[in-house]
Amino acid sequence: MNVLAQDPALETFVLNMGPQHPATHGVLRVKLVLDGEYIVEAEPVLGYIHRMHEKMGENRTFAQFMPNTGRLDYLSALSYNHGYVCAVERAAGIGVPERAEYIRCITVELNRISSHLLWLGAYVLDLGGFTPLLYAFDDREILLDLLEGVTGARLTYCYFRFGGVYNDIDDDFVTGLKGFVKRMRTRLPMYHNLVTKNIILRKRLEDIGFITPELCRKYGATGPVARGSGIDYDVRRHEPYSVYPEFKFDIPVYPKGDSMARYLVRMDEIEQSLRIIEQGLDKLPSGPVMAEKVPKILKPPKGDYYHAVEAARGAFGVRLVSDGTNTPYRLKLRSPSFSNLSLFAEAAQGLLIADAIALMGSLDLVIPEIDR
Amino acid sequence: MSGYFRDLLDGTKSLAVGLGITFKYMVGPVITLQYPHQTLPMQPRFRGHIDLVRDPETGTDRCIVCGMCQKTCPSGCITVAGDKVEGVKKKALTLYTLDFTKCSLCGLCVEVCPADAITFSKDYNLAGRSREAYVFDLKKRLEERKG
Repeated sequence: MNVLAQDPALETFVLNMGPQHPATHGVLRVKLVLDGEYIVEAEPVLGYIHRMHEKMGENRTFAQFMPNTGRLDYLSALSYNHGYVCAVERAAGIGVPERAEYIRCITVELNRISSHLLWLGAYVLDLGGFTPLLYAFDDREILLDLLEGVTGARLTYCYFRFGGVYNDIDDDFVTGLKGFVKRMRTRLPMYHNLVTKNIILRKRLEDIGFITPELCRKYGATGPVARGSGIDYDVRRHEPYSVYPEFKFDIPVYPKGDSMARYLVRMDEIEQSLRIIEQGLDKLPSGPVMAEKVPKILKPPKGDYYHAVEAARGAFGVRLVSDGTNTPYRLKLRSPSFSNLSLFAEAAQGLLIADAIALMGSLDLVIPEIDR
Repeated sequence: MSGYFRDLLDGTKSLAVGLGITFKYMVGPVITLQYPHQTLPMQPRFRGHIDLVRDPETGTDRCIVCGMCQKTCPSGCITVAGDKVEGVKKKALTLYTLDFTKCSLCGLCVEVCPADAITFSKDYNLAGRSREAYVFDLKKRLEERKG
């Protein structure tokens, strides 16, 4: 016998997901108002890992902020390094040798693959499948070794410099990378057989967690989240920087907008990144990797500068306001995960908790980057 | 109804394919490294904490006490002090400490050093019980390495 609730407010309850929760991959707290298993309201609460990176930028010289960029998003640290370095180069008018640009693109794409591989493993782990995580980490380990060999670190690379890169790549790296590209091409069909076609995963992702293009535009979502909703936007294509116009690559777009679409976008992006790396290695010119005459003490002219790059999670922008001194007047970091998380509150309404986890995982959040 | 049975059939097939892949890996070679007993070779460019370089000619450090590393360090974890010594042209290093609790291993100090007096060490097995254990006296470390 169904009895209507006298007061609907008494029928719901509040549940805290986080700040420490295995599915949030960091200190993110989501306040859920639940009606049984269904989400009535979901409110992300931030601030648990706020480290005032933007303020730190105002108190340090331009070069001293470099290590911070790797700590924003520890999974694709090079993209963030790239964004910051490009913004400062734009402000100070520093040119970059062509070889350095190619090395930057190759290493950033490598980092994108390693980020997507970790996401794949962690996402399937969230949904209850443990094995793919081990296979993804196996591939990622090769990548990290390659990047460690050239940058000297495994996660917080701090590899790019104003006017070039810190170290030149060597033959070991090039042969290792060629071997990896070959290996990854055989691994991707394996992932598709093991994960993508798996009926359990498909039942958990298909037609669940819809994000409409309007919602993406409303909250400024970018990257695979927007491309999974049919918005064909990629900074590498639409505001080209570095030597990306030289490469032929496709931008995977899936119009459906469910969790599966975002999953497929990332899987296809791994393939496209492999293409870019291959072309980069073929075209790699010789020459210096560092521009000559980069002043030791940078004092960019007064002005307002902005540079955006396509990080693994979406568009990462650096706005730099210079007052002509050796420290920035303001350093604003526009991080993609923050915008991508903002739409969660609206998109999660009416979902089951388990489906909301699938939705959140498909956003590929990195919490330190949201809080900065 | 036909969709239901197709799902059932395709689903069972997909699970079997997945199991086949995991089975192949189960009987395949082991890729895990038994870490404390086995280790990988270190990468030559590995960035550990910094260490002083020994000059093969003089047998001591090459530091000229310019203080560039101290100034460049984003976290302010390097302290350098030097003194004038009779008979030596350059300033002699008396103190070089690294507060490893603050160091972010960015490598800016090594890059900025005009005398190439510092390099990265290959230490990564660091563990200690006190905060003070991580304030390294690099000059002492250099002398100890000699003996």
